[in-house]
Amino acid sequence: MENNFDKIQKKTKAKEKITKVLTYALLGFWALMVLFPFYWMILTSVKSYSAYNSEYIPKFFTLSPTMENYVNVFAEVPLADYLFNTVVFTVITTVIMVFVTVLAAFAFARLEFRGKNILFTIFLSLMMIPNELVIITNFVTITNWDLRNTFTGLILPSVTSVFYIYLLRENFAQVPDELYYAAKVDGTSDWKYLTKVLLPICKPTVITITILKVIECWNSYVWPRLVTDDAAYFLVSNGIQAIRESGLGRENIPAMMAAVVVISVPLIVLYLIFHKKIMEGVSRGGTKG
Amino acid sequence: MEKNNLKAWLYLLPSILFLGVFMVYPLIDVFIYSFEEGYNSASGIFFGVGTYNYSYILRDPYFLQAVKNTFILVIITVPLSTAFALLISVALSSVKKLRELFETIFFLPYVTNTLAVGLVFMILFKSTPYSDGLMNVILGVFGMSPIDFIDGPYWAKMLVLSVYTVWVVLPFKILILTSALASVNRTYYDAAMVDGTPKWRIFTKITLPMISPTLFYLIITGFIGAFKAYSDAVALFGTNLNVAEMNTIVGYIYDMLYGNSGGYPSFASAAAIVLFVIVLTITCINLLVSKKHVHY
Repeated sequence: MENNFDKIQKKTKAKEKITKVLTYALLGFWALMVLFPFYWMILTSVKSYSAYNSEYIPKFFTLSPTMENYVNVFAEVPLADYLFNTVVFTVITTVIMVFVTVLAAFAFARLEFRGKNILFTIFLSLMMIPNELVIITNFVTITNWDLRNTFTGLILPSVTSVFYIYLLRENFAQVPDELYYAAKVDGTSDWKYLTKVLLPICKPTVITITILKVIECWNSYVWPRLVTDDAAYFLVSNGIQAIRESGLGRENIPAMMAAVVVISVPLIVLYLIFHKKIMEGVSRGGTKG
Repeated sequence: MEKNNLKAWLYLLPSILFLGVFMVYPLIDVFIYSFEEGYNSASGIFFGVGTYNYSYILRDPYFLQAVKNTFILVIITVPLSTAFALLISVALSSVKKLRELFETIFFLPYVTNTLAVGLVFMILFKSTPYSDGLMNVILGVFGMSPIDFIDGPYWAKMLVLSVYTVWVVLPFKILILTSALASVNRTYYDAAMVDGTPKWRIFTKITLPMISPTLFYLIITGFIGAFKAYSDAVALFGTNLNVAEMNTIVGYIYDMLYGNSGGYPSFASAAAIVLFVIVLTITCINLLVSKKHVHY
């Protein structure tokens, strides 16, 4: 009897062990699949042009890493300009977005006015409108306003994000009413209450939506591609496409990979610093922007 | 409570302006465009009103190719990515050691630039005169002859596009499923353990029903997202997707709007509305199915 029990226990333990090994094997496999392209882009970017092209079977490491591709890519294509444009676009768009979002979220969370519920419902239903439907008219609008190949044209239609208004409103609404009434009794204006009380309390959410918007701006491709055809206004996504199609010639892959590394690094650094916030923000109902 | 109408509207004014000009107005306008025949964006005139734009795009071989590509991509990637995300999330939820590290790694593709990383996939799969590319070298180990996945046969290209799409959409799905799995009440599992329920049964009878709302949410958003595929294809095959036979519906819309074949906002609008109707239909079917199967 005792013996039998031991046997069963041993068997279960062995089974558990196998499950565990398989589980980690699966997780390890996928981690490898995710990281490998990043490894490959860095590896390729430090191989010299001649070394890369002489490898009929690509090597998994290099013994003579070189920085020449990074120098070349900055010298031969206006990568620095693309980066600068993207930073300008990202910063201005994000700042305006946060400003507009905070104001709207505050009105919905705290102020009472006629038509509030209807307006909020309309806002929420706008979340379901696919970008593809509105982008056509926006393109015509921006063209008619003569704003193609300008930062204004890039930024204006990229500002609004109903989802962030919703996210921030939920957070504002969680702040106890008592604080608002106390502030009112003290004679604090709504504006002061918003900037001195509400925003500091809800800072984590504001930071989350800021980071999410920065990522969205940095990666945006479709709208910039439509409204800019002058390389002086290209963002990194369009820049990388231009590099691929004409910049370095299709064959200079190491230099292309150097460009890919350069435009990927800022976001990866941002991710490593803020990964908890980013994942939390996205899991609260975000979709890819 | 006092009503401060004016002040509230003042706070809302910026967002109403932005949304009004760049979302509500375009939404109405796109329907109007789609029925204006022969609209010229330069002169702003059109010849008549009717359904010519729709019948034109429905006969355009490029559009039909785009529709076919998009449907194939959806049918391959949505089930595959959802099932694989579920598998990984379950594995992730069952471990403690290194869990946070794995979670951080798995989410990484979400933040990276789709076009930039797509180029890495392109060189991994591309076969050039100098090199067959890493993928072909690996396939060669298994005795397969090299295929050009980027400029080669249709199904090879579709395969790479599907692989890359799955790679891109998995992080979001894993994240959402992992948090859904974490929120399942532990007492159900404890009760099942006491009863000696086998693991597979616990999974199908407790875990799956408990996370089914999330699963269906992911399937619905997965369908919507896959129907709007575009930049993944651009990253792999370049901007001239019609030549590569790899265009998608969204790609067709943008090509009609601008680019070498562009300047036709009416055709683009008609295509966008066709896409919208397709997505709406699929979403409604999904919702009907989910009503039957999802446990709330």
